[in-house]
Amino acid sequence: MTALVIAEHDNKTLNDATAKTVTAAAKVSSPVHILVAGSDCAAVAQAAAGIAGVEKVLLADDARYARMLAETMETLILSVAEPYEAILAPATTTGKNYLPRVAAKLDTPQISEIIAVLAPDTFERPIFAGNAVETLQAPAGKKIVTVRTTTFAAAGSGGTATVEKIAAAADPGLSSFVEENLSMSARPELTSAKIVISGGRGLGSAENFKLLDTIADRLGAAVGASRAAVDAGYVPNDFQVGQTGKAVAPELYLAIGISGAIQHLAGMKDSRVIAAINKDAAAPIFQLADFGLVEDLFKAIPELNDELAKRGIGQKA
Amino acid sequence: MKVLVPVKRVIDFNVKVRVKADQSGVDLANVKMSMNPFDEIAVEEAIRLKEKGKVTEVVIVSIGPSQAQDTIRTALAMGGDRGILVKTDGPVEPLAVAKLLKAICDAEKPGLVLTGKQAIDSDANQTGQMLAALLGWGQGTFAHSLELSGSDVKVAREIDGGLQTVSLRLPAVVTTDLRLNQPRYASLPNIMKAKKKPIAEKSPAELGVDVTPRCKVLKVSEPARRAAGVKVKTVAELVDKLAEAGVLS
Repeated sequence: MTALVIAEHDNKTLNDATAKTVTAAAKVSSPVHILVAGSDCAAVAQAAAGIAGVEKVLLADDARYARMLAETMETLILSVAEPYEAILAPATTTGKNYLPRVAAKLDTPQISEIIAVLAPDTFERPIFAGNAVETLQAPAGKKIVTVRTTTFAAAGSGGTATVEKIAAAADPGLSSFVEENLSMSARPELTSAKIVISGGRGLGSAENFKLLDTIADRLGAAVGASRAAVDAGYVPNDFQVGQTGKAVAPELYLAIGISGAIQHLAGMKDSRVIAAINKDAAAPIFQLADFGLVEDLFKAIPELNDELAKRGIGQKA
Repeated sequence: MKVLVPVKRVIDFNVKVRVKADQSGVDLANVKMSMNPFDEIAVEEAIRLKEKGKVTEVVIVSIGPSQAQDTIRTALAMGGDRGILVKTDGPVEPLAVAKLLKAICDAEKPGLVLTGKQAIDSDANQTGQMLAALLGWGQGTFAHSLELSGSDVKVAREIDGGLQTVSLRLPAVVTTDLRLNQPRYASLPNIMKAKKKPIAEKSPAELGVDVTPRCKVLKVSEPARRAAGVKVKTVAELVDKLAEAGVLS
């Protein structure tokens, strides 16, 4: 009885989402194996082998897995799926892309974006943009699950799993990679940052959105955005927090100029502390913020930066 | 080339959903229903492809109760050519939906399937990918833009780090993200015209698919509510509170 976790990585570093998925997987079935599919990614396999509770790492190192395209991931996962009681992937845009194909081919329902494992076959998952929580029992047989990683702690380190190289599976030749435009940032990644500072339409322009950068740099925070700010073109799509963007759960979520549409709240309400600055006292964000400040953000942002500087909090900006 | 656009009837995105007291589900009584917003974007994209002369026919499919006809009519009023309703009672899981759509694709032989990346009720984000796998087709999920050319479609996808472009051999399945386009409103004359467009009705049995749910919904509950906190009067007070909470280090 073993669970297989599909690793999330960029061929160089193992993404934190993997260790979090291992935590969820261990509650479904154990021991846990990890499949690392990538290109020139031996270091990733080594990192995966160091996760506590992992017994074995399967490494498929081949150019065809460099971008983890869904069609090639499907045939690879199916080639190793047989002995596993459960197959889990993080609910990232990569995991969401390939895992339903595997479920369909195995004629098994997929349970998406679980936030809790109540029993090895029973899961909680948010529906209706997080306005309701569904408790779902999967049928007998393999469990195919994607995991909302913000609600699971990362499994520890100190594991000594073996790494076993496996052969690449057939490439169905349906798709090919063309290009990638990734936002380059020295800041921490949105889903794993301890502090997230998010801006909304209240900022008014792409130029003004940069006001958040100074405070973010000072606090070592990631910058996020509401859908309204993304749609208005202030920031790229990968900044979006919410039902259709990313789910985050940092220690501190600072919402600036965000009114708090339910779709946005769905993506951040699990944060430990939520603070909001908005000039509209009736903004829905204040209904769940631990600390709310009703203030014009163009006045509050410089003040906040000065106040942090005065107290010597964070790096010098 | 023919494009098939599956659309789902869901609770309107502006409605605040309420969980039923007996935890059996959410309250659907007297609630406004609409087309899943992501599917609306898929309909719009299909119509734009037709207007550009790259597509000859736009077929709208919905799986659901007889009222799903209204959802199909909305898509026909936007510019779809004809509809297919697969009539079902009760919930149909994504895998069963994918199987029904596969049966329809086998008969209709579209060059492209365009649908929403997820439905805003079940938030599963599976159906398009499952359909692609069952058909043995490539997929371009979370589409930000797409470009049809001869035997291929190039899809720029919204991924966690930014945008990724893939090239897919046709036929293929493309699922839409929010920023692919801004769907149009149907004009009154087009709404009138849509009433005359044909909608064929089929049953899961005719398509040879068992739609009995395989997962069991044990309950649907309210999410844990966060209590509203305190309002502070100044930035200095806010920083005090955050420092006390230990989240600034």
